[in-house]
Amino acid sequence: MSKNTATVNGMVLPLELTHANASALDWLRDQGLTGAKEGCAEGECGACSIMVARPGLEMPTEWVALNACLLPAATLVGQEVITSEGLGTPEALHPVQREMAMRGGSQCGYCTPGFVCSMAAEFYRADRHAGADGVADHGPNGFDLHALSGNLCRCTGYRPIRDAAYALGEPAVDDDFARRRELPPPGVTPGGVSAGGAELVRPASLAETLDLLAENPDAVLVAGSTDRGVEVNLRGDRPALTIAVDRLDELRQLEVGSTFVEIGAALSLTEIERMLGGAIPLIDQMNPQFASRLIRNSATLGGNLGTGSPIGDAPPALLALDASVVLASRDGEREVPLADYFTGYRQSVRRPGEIIRSVRVPVPVARITAFHKIAKRRFDDISSVAIGFALEVQDGLVTKARIGLGGVAATPIRARATEDALEGLPWTRETVESASAVLAGEGTPLDDHRASARYRSAMLGTALRKLHAEREVGEPV
Amino acid sequence: MTTLSDRPAGATVGIPLEHEAAALHVTGEALYTDDLVPETKNVLHAWPVQAPHAHALVTRLETAPAYDIPGVVRVLTAADVPGRNEAGVKGDEPLFPSEVMFWGHAVCWVLGETLEAARLGAAAVVADYEPLPSVLTLAEAIEHGSFQGGQPTVTRGDVETGLATSVHVFSGELELAGQEHFYLETHCSLAQVADDGSLFIQSSTQHPSETQEIVAEALGIHSHQVVVQCLRMGGGFGGKEMQPHGFAAIAALGARLTGRPVRLRLNRTQDITMSGKRHGFHAQWRVGFDPDGMLQALDVTLTSDGGWSLDLSEPVLARALCHVDNAYWIPHVRANGRIARTNKTSQTAFRGFGGPQGMLVIEDILGRCAPRLGLDPAELRRRNFYRDGHATPYGQPVRHPERLTRAWDQVRDDSDFAARSAAIEAFNAEHEHVRRGLAITPVKFGIAFNFTAFNQAGALVHVYKDGSVLINHGGTEMGQGLHTKMLQVAATTLGLPLAKVRLAPTRTDKVPNTSATAASSGADLNGGAIKDACDQILARLRPVAAKVTGVPEADVRFVDGLLAGVSWDEIVRLAYFDRIQLWAAGYYRTEGLHWDSSTMTGEPFKYFAYGAAAAEVEVDGFTGAYRTRRVDIVHDVGDSLSPLIDLGQIEGAFVQGVGWLTLEDLRWDESDGESRGRLATQAASTYKLPSFSEMPEEFNVSLLPNATEDGAVYGSKAVGEPPLMLAFSVREALRQAAAAFGPGGLGVELASPATPEAVFWAVEAARAGLDGSPREGYPGDVPDQPEGPPLRPRSERAQHELEESDA
Repeated sequence: MSKNTATVNGMVLPLELTHANASALDWLRDQGLTGAKEGCAEGECGACSIMVARPGLEMPTEWVALNACLLPAATLVGQEVITSEGLGTPEALHPVQREMAMRGGSQCGYCTPGFVCSMAAEFYRADRHAGADGVADHGPNGFDLHALSGNLCRCTGYRPIRDAAYALGEPAVDDDFARRRELPPPGVTPGGVSAGGAELVRPASLAETLDLLAENPDAVLVAGSTDRGVEVNLRGDRPALTIAVDRLDELRQLEVGSTFVEIGAALSLTEIERMLGGAIPLIDQMNPQFASRLIRNSATLGGNLGTGSPIGDAPPALLALDASVVLASRDGEREVPLADYFTGYRQSVRRPGEIIRSVRVPVPVARITAFHKIAKRRFDDISSVAIGFALEVQDGLVTKARIGLGGVAATPIRARATEDALEGLPWTRETVESASAVLAGEGTPLDDHRASARYRSAMLGTALRKLHAEREVGEPV
Repeated sequence: MTTLSDRPAGATVGIPLEHEAAALHVTGEALYTDDLVPETKNVLHAWPVQAPHAHALVTRLETAPAYDIPGVVRVLTAADVPGRNEAGVKGDEPLFPSEVMFWGHAVCWVLGETLEAARLGAAAVVADYEPLPSVLTLAEAIEHGSFQGGQPTVTRGDVETGLATSVHVFSGELELAGQEHFYLETHCSLAQVADDGSLFIQSSTQHPSETQEIVAEALGIHSHQVVVQCLRMGGGFGGKEMQPHGFAAIAALGARLTGRPVRLRLNRTQDITMSGKRHGFHAQWRVGFDPDGMLQALDVTLTSDGGWSLDLSEPVLARALCHVDNAYWIPHVRANGRIARTNKTSQTAFRGFGGPQGMLVIEDILGRCAPRLGLDPAELRRRNFYRDGHATPYGQPVRHPERLTRAWDQVRDDSDFAARSAAIEAFNAEHEHVRRGLAITPVKFGIAFNFTAFNQAGALVHVYKDGSVLINHGGTEMGQGLHTKMLQVAATTLGLPLAKVRLAPTRTDKVPNTSATAASSGADLNGGAIKDACDQILARLRPVAAKVTGVPEADVRFVDGLLAGVSWDEIVRLAYFDRIQLWAAGYYRTEGLHWDSSTMTGEPFKYFAYGAAAAEVEVDGFTGAYRTRRVDIVHDVGDSLSPLIDLGQIEGAFVQGVGWLTLEDLRWDESDGESRGRLATQAASTYKLPSFSEMPEEFNVSLLPNATEDGAVYGSKAVGEPPLMLAFSVREALRQAAAAFGPGGLGVELASPATPEAVFWAVEAARAGLDGSPREGYPGDVPDQPEGPPLRPRSERAQHELEESDA
């Protein structure tokens, strides 16, 4: 019987797990690879960041930084992983490690291996090019600082880490990790991993997935595992059967059609951002505000809609875009407008046996779109309030208004009264003032640790004013 | 100049070096306590049973069901403690409580073959509770008179007369929040039993000696049967000064009872709900100014939120009272302090140790009063600086006050303060929805433990026959670069290349009876001790070296390991055969300190560290969201021992201070519902630390030139804590930006932390033309005057005993 294995830093290691949902982090540390650390176990701090070889867009393979604490180790069967130990040694530091060390990028050093992996993945990004001077949050070497937005450091204040990132050159011609990108990515190995009385199964196809789901309605679907991982780590959730759908081809297509853009439910946010190529500006505006790069490298729209959280970032944007959800089951497919999808707190119309296959966004999209996320922190926070706007303005009149709201009710909602208060009226300060009063009254915001209800309502009240102040002339982005 | 501060030519100190473990950090090879687990055999894992009440009696604790879980090996309860059931030094922190004092208090611990088994075992333990009334907020504590510990007062002059004769008298209040340490490495201990029953404990602790003492007392054994080692910490910030002891004791107890290694590592939720934090404070104050805005009198009562046990709350309060003046001369002062007892985690040391809280009060006062005094806040601040001949309210002369002015003026110049202020005024006039603010604030921070006895340290330096040197000292490494500096001190004193010197991890069997690595004093104290040990060895080597080289003994000084062409190695080799002791124990005590806690007078500090910062922010009027556009800092580190390390401390402390003042938001459930007392922000997803987005977009930091400190090792100054308080500049800049949304001349009240929501409300108030200036008029709102007992720390009681027996 062949054992399940993964290749870590070039070594083939057995995937022997304590339970089927055990994280890649725990597994790596059990192997004695203790470079990756647990700082939070919920994908917020990035101390566990590792690099995983994944199919690339510009090159056959790319190195993707992922939070090992969220990633089920069982999904690594046949995959290639690099940790800080594998990038370099104290005697022969990797360029990223050298820059971090010499610039004072480490103090206590605990977050450092994670920073190094996130930074190295960006170092090897095939479409990173020098000459990005002046681009917000980018270094002159094309380094996107958002690549580190999911890594927290409590010691340095970040400046030396930024300087290290911005000082990086191009990978050397004989750099093994750079050359690895030219070869095909590791294949996907369908099958299952059993441990601790539970199983994680990777089906070979959507059809097989739907059969499994029909036979096991209590099975848990996992794609990026950015939400599941938290349930496993912090709430001790141990489902008997987990079905990994993250690599199913049928869920990983993106098609820009003449009437709609169809986005596969298991594409990562990072992949969507790059594959869309600016086709839907509202999604481009949302993306940098959606968690962190580490999370976006795994998180999917299917997951964000599947959990049904009222404070997910995608729903307000997708509601504004009039998106719909394609649900697949053994009995066939149906398309549900997102506005009708959510039914209650973390509840939706999705039936047992159904899976979100894709999200459809009608095109052309409205000319004025914006995504406002109100949070304590600009990078990687959960919204107090999130607002997606899509307004069509023709000859100075608002001809169509769609506004999606998050964080102000038990589900993401459309601000329908506000939409009515805008449509047919001139896009002027007067209209905006009266519609803002309506918007301020939408939803039923609560007081919690993120914000007061009063502030949430106030933010609804100012959002349209802010949009108007920034887009008074009705010009597209 | 004393020998201590005298820096030889060609010294290794002063050279910018990367962290001594940087190469290990970046490759993931650096080991932290929990990284030892995979290579340790038969380890048991510990998991707590945490009580879901703010305050309750434990009425039943049934552990039998836990044993039904496969893999559960042992449940630890109070009945298992052979010694003292105590986790602290004040006698008020039972290791296993019968009375739950805060939400999440651990009532027993389960040991399992795996962490999973321990977790499931803990869930199986049946615990019943009888809920008791709880005190959560400072307002509730004040209302119910729920206090603990001493209630000290710092006084000078006659505050009532000072206020009565002031032209302007204001009174007000300020409530300021605490802060979670959020060291990236959570608390962790790994305990092992040796063949003779002695314990070896690896712990992430800033205070190995005290961890050792608590473990010994809990097990009913002697200190010499317990060795505590700290390899390094993944951050400490004060959170591992007192808090690790109980966790180490649990692990030690488990190891003792099972004979197996026990690992106790808290996950983030456990750490944040069980371990203490920075104290939140409440301040009531009255202040008097003369017509020129010169401070005349300050009457202030500080109430700190101590949480459920006394912990370090008394010295934290003492430091707060000793820093309520910050950089300002105030002739008449009455500063009262008291410590609330609340049903929260036991609040504890955190970088600055009360200093930030005290200083925030005076900076808030000046920021709020400046408009009513008709003065620019920068001018108001500078006008009131200490000058030569001034002393602090507790009687310590303020040495080198000109450095403060020098740092301030340099920041003003380097930051182009005047021109940028004008540019910001123009920007604000042109922008309806976005406003900017630029503010400058000073720091004066006293260095040394307030309580004199702790200002001592030891070191052990070995020179081996091959000439290599191994140093040990009592300080711990938590990222602050102490070990890097200590290597530089040893290399400098001995005159050796750095590569000749290695530093071994901190252990209580190498250097005993150490003080915590705290109060920014790690380099001052341990550097003094290492230098002493190295000097002793050099003194013994001198006759040999003189004989070998012909250099007169008095002139023997190695440079880069050479003396008159003869190598250090050669001289060491000969000295060994000459039967010269090649190792030494070094000792250092800070001279010239004295302090009487009962009167709150004396000279507790060796010197003051100074600094100034100018910060510019931009506030979005629609949301209250802001960004820090630029920060300029000039900070006084004396003659830096290690400039890259010091730069990192300044920047890191600053950003951590900005986190405390603007972003980090501890929210306890203060309702009367089921989860009263539960910390709502108990994870990284809800308690937000500064990230890249909080880094100043332009960040210019300089070390104050010509700043030799002649009372410290190689002319250096401590750096760990003082720069944290430079972050006041950001808070004051936010206040000014908020004010810019209103008509001119308004005072602005700003909550702390100044989250985007708090800033939004300040903007709204300004836009509405509401003046947030404090109430004006004498006598004003008189602060509460607590009448509790003074502080009487055990260190000073012991000193008094000695003095009496001398007499």
